[in-house]
Amino acid sequence: MGKIVQIKEVTFLYESNDQEEALRALKDINIEIDQGEFVTIIGHNGSGKSTLAKHVNALLLPTDGDVLVKGLNTKDEEHIWEIRQTAGMVFQNPDNQIVATIVEEDVAFGPENLGIIPNEIRKRVEDSLKIVGMLEYREKGPHLLSGGQKQRIAIAGVIAMRPDCIILDEPTAMLDPSGRKDVIETIKKLNKEEGITILNITHFMEEAVDSDRVIVMEDGEIVLEGTPKEVFSKVDTLKKLGLDVPQVTDLAHELRTEGIELPEDILTVDEMVMELCRLK
Amino acid sequence: MLKDITIGQHYPTGSFVHRLDPRIKIIITFLYIVSLFIVSNFFGYIFVVIFVFGSILLSKIPVKYVLKGLKPLMVLIGITFIINIFMTSGNVIVRFGPFSVTEEGLYQAFFMALRLILLVMGTSLLTLTTSPIALTDGIEHLLNPFKKLGVPAHELAMMMTIALRFIPTLLEETDKIMKAQIARGADFESGNLISRAKGLVPLLVPLFISSFRRADELAMAMEARCYRGGENRTRMKELKTNGRDYFALGVGVMLISILIVNRVWL
Repeated sequence: MGKIVQIKEVTFLYESNDQEEALRALKDINIEIDQGEFVTIIGHNGSGKSTLAKHVNALLLPTDGDVLVKGLNTKDEEHIWEIRQTAGMVFQNPDNQIVATIVEEDVAFGPENLGIIPNEIRKRVEDSLKIVGMLEYREKGPHLLSGGQKQRIAIAGVIAMRPDCIILDEPTAMLDPSGRKDVIETIKKLNKEEGITILNITHFMEEAVDSDRVIVMEDGEIVLEGTPKEVFSKVDTLKKLGLDVPQVTDLAHELRTEGIELPEDILTVDEMVMELCRLK
Repeated sequence: MLKDITIGQHYPTGSFVHRLDPRIKIIITFLYIVSLFIVSNFFGYIFVVIFVFGSILLSKIPVKYVLKGLKPLMVLIGITFIINIFMTSGNVIVRFGPFSVTEEGLYQAFFMALRLILLVMGTSLLTLTTSPIALTDGIEHLLNPFKKLGVPAHELAMMMTIALRFIPTLLEETDKIMKAQIARGADFESGNLISRAKGLVPLLVPLFISSFRRADELAMAMEARCYRGGENRTRMKELKTNGRDYFALGVGVMLISILIVNRVWL
């Protein structure tokens, strides 16, 4: 499997007028993402995770280092549209990324920009809406939908461009729990059934549990990286960073410190039940 | 109150009117507006009223819904009405101090108010039956011949789409900010005009700031979806005219012809 995204020693400085020093949002970041992988980046506000996401889509260009998407450098102006088509992006606020006043026309916006012929656009719009389970809303106005539904429309709009990789910048931050669940289910489905590489940025730990790899960022640097089990077993490190771990993991950790023999890498309720039943 | 504004709101029903080519609808609306100003007597209005209500019935949009769009404009219509009543000279009917109501004034007032009401109803029907993107498509196509003269047809169309898209969003936001400010003791209801206008400042400032933020994010989202202006852009819905479009255009032309005849010969 090829590398879809390569981030090589990327440093990024935010220029600012009123501060003497430019703000360093990213420091020597190195990440490689395989085709078909599901990667979650966690970290709290100001940890540089959104800045990193915008680099993959060439919305921001690194001050130092290189970002390669499917082997194309984001600094290369010629390939910028190809990169943006390959690596689609979904933003946090569903209201601010929907351009059109009818769901299907919004989904068509991306393919229209790519200059695809009308019949093909129609087909793609239908397919994309089917994948996110919003086909029956195709003629509705987006302002009549709930946050979770709007976000799924935004995802459909990206899928319609047939990307290899989707970057989601805190897609669930403004949603209620049920909307969040729908969006996460959709993302997982895209990864499993469509084979689309997912780079999900979030601060909800539960969303990270099912991914292939978790990257924890703090202050523009990667502090932890590994499978969810590896990362979440370091409960103390995470807590020191001010990050939560999934509730069940936290509970297992507390029980362990009380002397009950449980493994450190419990992530889901099912696993917890299994382990507890194994105890005498 | 803010929820009542229907201008710029699409009301999809899939009717005959909805399926007309937007270019044709824009041209008909244009003809309609011109017709309204050609009308010189109440008799002429009969044709306009038939045309408007006929269109509303055909569009399957509840008449009530269209009338609701008039509410926010009632003040304007009322002012026009009153000014016309008192400011037209002629045969005096009643006198209130320096003001007098004249026969001609009364006639003129009803005439103008009716014209405004019909104007709003007819034009709001255009936006109610046409999705804003179709509308902008239509405008873009109609403006295309002027591109050589430097008219930025695509850019204008895009700006309009976005403006229309954000009307409900911003209304919702205004409502939210208003409630938040009322909860903190702001008063939008009482006081004279000046203090009321001043009271709007804590409403408008956050609204402006958030609009700028929205614009910034939207621009980024559009760029992320490969938007790069009108060049090489295709459309999912291609505009095609067919029989019913020519029929509708014919009705529009008929309306204006009848009214021209009415004005010149009657």
